[in-house]
Amino acid sequence: MEDKMEGNIFIDVEKCVACKSCEMACAVEQSKSKVLFQAIREEPLPQSLVRVEWISGELVSPKKLRSPLQCRHCEDAPCVTVCPTKALEKLGAEGPVIVHDERCIGCKWCVLVCPFGVISLRRDGKAVIKCDLCFEREAGPACVEACPTKALRFLTVAELGKERRRKALADLQQGLVAGKKQQLRW
Amino acid sequence: MEVKDRASERSFDPVSQYMLRLAEKQGIETAWDRLEKQQPQCGFGELGLCCRHCNMGPCRIDPFGEGPTKGVCGATADTMVARGLLRAIAAGAAAHSDHGRDIAHTLLLVAEGKGNGYQIKDEAKLRALAEEYGIETKKRTVEEIAFDLAKAIYAEFGKQEGPIQFTRRAPEKRLKLWQKLGIEPRGVDREIVECMHRTHMGVDHDYVNLTLHGLRTSIADGWGGSMIATELSDVLFGTPQPKKAMANLGVLKADEVNIIVHGHEPTLSEMIVAATHDPDLLDRAKGYGAKGINVAGICCTGNEVLMRQGVPIAGNFLQQELAIITGAVEAMVVDVQCIMPALPDLATCYHTKIISTSPKAKTPGATHIEFHEEKAYDIAKEIVRTAVDNYPNRVAAKVNIPDEKMECMVGFSVEAIVAALGGSLTPLIDAIKSGAIKGIAGVVGCNNPTVRQDYSHVNLVKELIKNDVLVVTTGCNAIACAKAGLMRPEAAKEAGKGLKGVCQALGVPPVLHMGSCVDISRILVACAAIAKALGVDISDLPVAGAAPEWMSEKAVSIGAYVVSSGIFTVLGTVPAVLGSANVTKLLTEGAEGVVGGKFAVETDPFKAAQLILSHIMAKRAALGI
Repeated sequence: MEDKMEGNIFIDVEKCVACKSCEMACAVEQSKSKVLFQAIREEPLPQSLVRVEWISGELVSPKKLRSPLQCRHCEDAPCVTVCPTKALEKLGAEGPVIVHDERCIGCKWCVLVCPFGVISLRRDGKAVIKCDLCFEREAGPACVEACPTKALRFLTVAELGKERRRKALADLQQGLVAGKKQQLRW
Repeated sequence: MEVKDRASERSFDPVSQYMLRLAEKQGIETAWDRLEKQQPQCGFGELGLCCRHCNMGPCRIDPFGEGPTKGVCGATADTMVARGLLRAIAAGAAAHSDHGRDIAHTLLLVAEGKGNGYQIKDEAKLRALAEEYGIETKKRTVEEIAFDLAKAIYAEFGKQEGPIQFTRRAPEKRLKLWQKLGIEPRGVDREIVECMHRTHMGVDHDYVNLTLHGLRTSIADGWGGSMIATELSDVLFGTPQPKKAMANLGVLKADEVNIIVHGHEPTLSEMIVAATHDPDLLDRAKGYGAKGINVAGICCTGNEVLMRQGVPIAGNFLQQELAIITGAVEAMVVDVQCIMPALPDLATCYHTKIISTSPKAKTPGATHIEFHEEKAYDIAKEIVRTAVDNYPNRVAAKVNIPDEKMECMVGFSVEAIVAALGGSLTPLIDAIKSGAIKGIAGVVGCNNPTVRQDYSHVNLVKELIKNDVLVVTTGCNAIACAKAGLMRPEAAKEAGKGLKGVCQALGVPPVLHMGSCVDISRILVACAAIAKALGVDISDLPVAGAAPEWMSEKAVSIGAYVVSSGIFTVLGTVPAVLGSANVTKLLTEGAEGVVGGKFAVETDPFKAAQLILSHIMAKRAALGI
């Protein structure tokens, strides 16, 4: 797995407009044809592994919160720990948690312990299905590629850290300039 | 052609490629770049599974069956898709028909003696149309006849009950079928209003019922609004006759004032052309050091003046931006339809003035010189003067006119085809019967940056003529064919043996330019005449339609009326209906049993040609020829 792309899907919830393009792209990615116009006629129908979820105001803030949710690919993943048949496996520090279909007995313990509710059942009920970060897909996760507002991004923790630090620095610089100006006025 | 770079991926036309490379070098944004920025496009929209018809929505249906299967009101995928389709047909029919209304208005002004610069150029056609409408023509002046005809046609737009006149041109069997199905249209305004009513929240939810009304509305366009536009334009500006002209951006001139007319209605472009002959304006141009005033067309208004006056055609839909990038256009004069709102922004990089003219169509950033038919010639002179006065602002360093232009023979109205055949359609019918010509394909429609510009147009047409299918064309396909040299009589060499022989005997190209997009009505008239001569319905003929690079709602209406007329039609880009398996099946299978025509979707032009050929061969076999 060393040559596979590593990273995480990070979500900027402020940018999500709930268009469900990620769901659409994910379902197409799970299809045999990988083409929307054909995917919608496939038997069985492909299933999206990302879901746009929402909560109305009162719970946290007066604003409606809506966001795509998919597997967080936990380092110490409860689903991997709980699986009695070792059907779930974590690949590398920033790699995906994947399901080995043939080992899954469909007991759904993983569904029970997942803190994010992002493991679902295959249509035939015989195995669980979940996001695998499109780890074999050259262009990276399909949902990220499909997001029109760039609310979804695929980055390593290091990359995100660098970005955040630079943003903090830019904020600081702005603060310094403003401070200087204030000083001059005095 | 080898795909080498981004420009050649985007267009099949070497001239467009040259301009696209230039645009890239200059950092200029075009429709192709904006398409890239739109990626990925919304899957719900592509499938027709979103609805914004009421404010309980927006609603979407999950095509994968895990999310909602109905809108808030309960609309299913079938309802949503059929309603969306009906609205597209309504918009397309409205565009063509409102164009037709404007031409009727001009005829009325001429009849009342208020047509500043307009006149009746084809009196014989006026009289023939008047007789069709049951208007007395004997011992009456041209103006009296024109007045009655214009009034009669005006009244038809809002006709509440009973049929509209031009549908009587359809073969008896076709008419009976429309009546039996309840889709014989009344006035087009009424049908369009009913489309909007039926698709309002909580009205028509049955996909078959919705689709049938779509067909009815489209017939009111093809055999109504569009046909009115064509016929009355012929009366006012002359019925097109074969003539030679030039095509592609190379028609722009380095040492003359270049004016591009772009849009659809000949009422404007004809007057602009007339005003460029004005001696004062020519002197004015010369005063600025220009050798003359050159008018060239883009899109269908370009086709109108190309067909009637041999005015060069600068390009089709996707070349409107490229024309400005030549840096040699003093003014792009636009009226209605297919005008990109991107033009004024782009024009700020050059000296080009975008001049909007229609009270119905303003674009921020454009110079608006409002056009009114009552003062047409005076306003046209003002527009031309504005263009001429802009000549000194041309920046020599920014001028890049491509060298390439292509000769073409155009002007094939039905009347011109009949004349070329020696006075009747019989020689053509005989050629079809003998198999020298296997059949006729009407290849029409737009450009669409989601597919390589002109690639499908040119390759589909080439495949068809190679297989002895005579191609009749309008709109942006016609311009693509002209640019590709397929409208030269010498192009007969590229046709199969049978078609080549016929073309060489008559001295015509294997691809006949029949006009603008409203002039698809000419193709209907030709089909009806052939069917009547053979004593069969249009659906029995070895004919087919194709819109390889379509994009507009007008194309949806056209496709619907062509199929309603009984003609098999191949679409080269996918319409937003696949979200409903039932509607898709109705359009691509069921329709054949109902109206005798159906749609197919095939994005590969070579495969599309095969579909058309096998359809034509099957129809020939059924006719026993």
